Amino acid sequence: MTAVLELKGLEVAYRQGRHLLPAVRDIDLQVEPGQTYGLVGESGSGKSTLALAVMNTLPTNGLVTAGVIQVSGTDIYELDAARLRTLWRENLKLVPQNPLPSLNPSHTVGRQLAEALGFQRVSSTSTPRVHQLLARVRLGDVERVAGSYPHQLSGGMQQRVMIAMALAGTPKLLVLDEPTTNLDVTTEAAILDLVRELVREQGTAVLYVSHSLGVVSQLCDRVAVLYAGELMEDAPVGKLYHSPLHPYTRGLLDSIPQVGLDKTRASLRPIPGQIPSAALLPNGCIFAERCPIAIDICFTDRPHLEAIPAGRRVRCHRWREIAGGAVTARQQQPAPPQSPVSRERPAVLELKKLHKHFEVRRSLPEALTGVARRYVRALDGIDLTVQRGRTLGLVGESGSGKSTLSKTVIGLVAASRGEVILLDIPLARNLAERDRATLRHLQMVFQSSEEALNPYRSVGQTLRRPFQRLQGLGRAQADARVADLLRAVKLDPSYAGRRPSQLSGGERQRVAIARAFAAQPDLLLFDESVSGLDVSVQAAILNLLSDLQAQYLTAYLFISHDLSVVSYLADDIAVIYLGLLMELGPTASVLEPPYHPYTEALLTAVPPVDPFAERPVLRLQGEVPSAVDIPSGCRFHTRCTRVLGDICRTQEPPWQDDGRGHRIYCHIPLEELTALQTHLFGRRTIRDEDEDADTSRGIAND
Amino acid sequence: MALWRFLRSLYNRPSSAFGTTVVLLFLLLALLGPLITPFSATEQIFQDARQPPSLAHWFGTDRLGRDVFSRVVIGARDIFTLAGLGTVIAVAVGTLIGLLSSYLGGLLEEITFRFFDSLLAMPALLLALLLLGTVGPSRNSVLLVIAIAYTPIVARVVRSVVLGTKTKDYIAAARMQGERLPFILFREIFPSVLPALAVEAALRFSYAIFLIASLGFLGVGVQPPRPDWGLMVNEARNYVALTPWSLYFPAAAISLLVVAMNLMADGLKRVLQVGETL
Repeated sequence: MTAVLELKGLEVAYRQGRHLLPAVRDIDLQVEPGQTYGLVGESGSGKSTLALAVMNTLPTNGLVTAGVIQVSGTDIYELDAARLRTLWRENLKLVPQNPLPSLNPSHTVGRQLAEALGFQRVSSTSTPRVHQLLARVRLGDVERVAGSYPHQLSGGMQQRVMIAMALAGTPKLLVLDEPTTNLDVTTEAAILDLVRELVREQGTAVLYVSHSLGVVSQLCDRVAVLYAGELMEDAPVGKLYHSPLHPYTRGLLDSIPQVGLDKTRASLRPIPGQIPSAALLPNGCIFAERCPIAIDICFTDRPHLEAIPAGRRVRCHRWREIAGGAVTARQQQPAPPQSPVSRERPAVLELKKLHKHFEVRRSLPEALTGVARRYVRALDGIDLTVQRGRTLGLVGESGSGKSTLSKTVIGLVAASRGEVILLDIPLARNLAERDRATLRHLQMVFQSSEEALNPYRSVGQTLRRPFQRLQGLGRAQADARVADLLRAVKLDPSYAGRRPSQLSGGERQRVAIARAFAAQPDLLLFDESVSGLDVSVQAAILNLLSDLQAQYLTAYLFISHDLSVVSYLADDIAVIYLGLLMELGPTASVLEPPYHPYTEALLTAVPPVDPFAERPVLRLQGEVPSAVDIPSGCRFHTRCTRVLGDICRTQEPPWQDDGRGHRIYCHIPLEELTALQTHLFGRRTIRDEDEDADTSRGIAND
Repeated sequence: MALWRFLRSLYNRPSSAFGTTVVLLFLLLALLGPLITPFSATEQIFQDARQPPSLAHWFGTDRLGRDVFSRVVIGARDIFTLAGLGTVIAVAVGTLIGLLSSYLGGLLEEITFRFFDSLLAMPALLLALLLLGTVGPSRNSVLLVIAIAYTPIVARVVRSVVLGTKTKDYIAAARMQGERLPFILFREIFPSVLPALAVEAALRFSYAIFLIASLGFLGVGVQPPRPDWGLMVNEARNYVALTPWSLYFPAAAISLLVVAMNLMADGLKRVLQVGETL
């Protein structure tokens, strides 16, 4: 049987001025019919370039400089424009990361699907086919969806429409380019379920490109790891995860935080250094600079991708030693930071009945006819305490009010009702009304490393300001402190002279952290501060944060949609839904039963890194309701899988307390919840210490 | 060094190289002025009246016997001073108002920019005629007219950048460090306004030249006997059959400088990569 996709010696380069920069080199790959092939890589690995090359949709400055791409035996770069269009229409489909730009904003979804099915216009013959297609991607209420314009649908629904469009033919190959990266974890889980089912039903071959090892492990039969444009390792999924042969694969696996693994038990093992740029590739192995077990030959000779037993391939000089267990690429485990905090501590921050309601703008006729004012109830009565030296993690889906909470606390948005109390002093609602002493105690690290630093100011200029403004130091003294500060975030003091554009994303985020730490605040807010970073970099930042906390006893309020990150760093976890907390407690208790049904759904949606982990499937139905019309009774009842009955729809639930600080906002008694629910995270994780021994055994058994 | 690199990048493309060269040449002429003009700009030598271009009179003489080349060169001095000063005032005031009102936002921004919109609704020339009608024609009035006509335009350009910048996280971070308003405006935001502002200033300058010439032509701008280009065109147009050169040379000077200035502004836009921020 011919392979659906075959790449032979592929090299893709981008023209930059007079130079050709190779983004992808020497790729050999085969996707068999019905196979789901994962392609994993960090940013700069060339994975998107590869996806574009496979589609023959490279940007105008990109070109295939060597090798062949064959789809079902046809070289797609030999086809003329008309044949290529036929191929795209029938056999080769792409689902992009961001669906909205790929959908025409001025046509309804139904019309676009009809076109994709080959109909000239919407008619009585096309409509049933369109509905059938929408039903296949599990969209309920197909008529409403078909009549909607793309912007009227949520991100998850748009992505389903894209998948429906891709299925309009009977494609032989489906290329999915990070289709779930911008989605909530619950939506992501549902989309992954869908892809898995469709593959099973239809036998379509899939090339799944992702930065997330967790997602790929759950979906794919086989995984190729891409680094700086080259394949490092390629193996069946189970082998790759349980006995990785390449040091880079090992490094990636070790730097992923996993739910159930927290900072007191183990530090993450980041990969030091940075991905080399395509313009300055080393002579030897491209990973040698960052490799913990590189030897002389690694710096002089570039290794080949060797085919080895059990259908694996690896590009490493030392794979035999690794397979035999003679060396391990596993980094020395840094000692977990001495968490100084085990018992109750004085509160640094208290939120009391915090509300933020945004008024929905009424049109003039509405205002004149006396239509009642309506409010988006973004925060609807939050009570929360952050203790000195501890980390409170706040998790929730998008639209839950997480970001409004952080903005209200720092005063960028004025609270409507309730109080923000810092060190026993109620804070002014607006940032402008807060005095400098207050500002000094409360700092924030933002989400985007791009926007966090002023591109026109050098690192030194940025970092000396908090010393000058908040600690009243003179310019010379402030400059002197900048060097210490840079060292504290593990950057060289020479970085003071650099501009943000000369730094990598991780380095920029370090500078942003340094700026927040400069005034030695009592409380630091993190709003999705590590979400945009690659896992290997993210691990280093998370380690840095827990070190800094142990050193300065700073309290953290850590807001993220990523449960694995939160559960790694946080001492306590709060779960927020539609502006109200659902569950609150110490991390360990939140991660074991009883769970609030919402927390349970969030936790089961997190893709476990171990491909064979058994996880009960529990999927939330529908979307987060609008914060304008919050459901009555328990606001979660519309999506809850464990609704008791009318009581959930009519009465607000009580806060149930287990007596050890774990509180759940639910009608179901705690004992009953415990009995219903299974333990989602066992003690044993992929990172347990006996696992290196497994590596050698795994190979021997093959 | 940075200036050198900057100029070199302007010379990367023929059109902006041409524009920049012409503008610099005019600037040189204006600076040297009396040092290179063979005659006075206002002295009337009757026996030399109505001479076609020759070695003695490069651009010929007008009907009153004034040397056209000298008048064009001295006129360049006038126009560079007036247009330059007017542009500087418009850019300074427009930047200040634009930064402040669009950063603070709210009612202040609303009122300022609605007022500016109403000013912009009128063609610049009409606005200028209206103003000059009230204050009377003089060099200072021309300056005032340019400043008033172009301040709203500059303010709008500044605003478009500020609106994109003020929501950035680094501005929030600055506020959380207790930075005062002037620091945020001039140290944090202004640098990102600068590229767009440089392009706009170059454009405004070229339009100011045009406006001054138009006003001179209509007789409400610079007054005789000063050698204003627009005025020269106006004076010469009745004698175009007799002394066409006294019309052609100042007219050519106007178009050449305005076109060159525009080409340079285009080059600036490319080098500073404005457009991405606008």
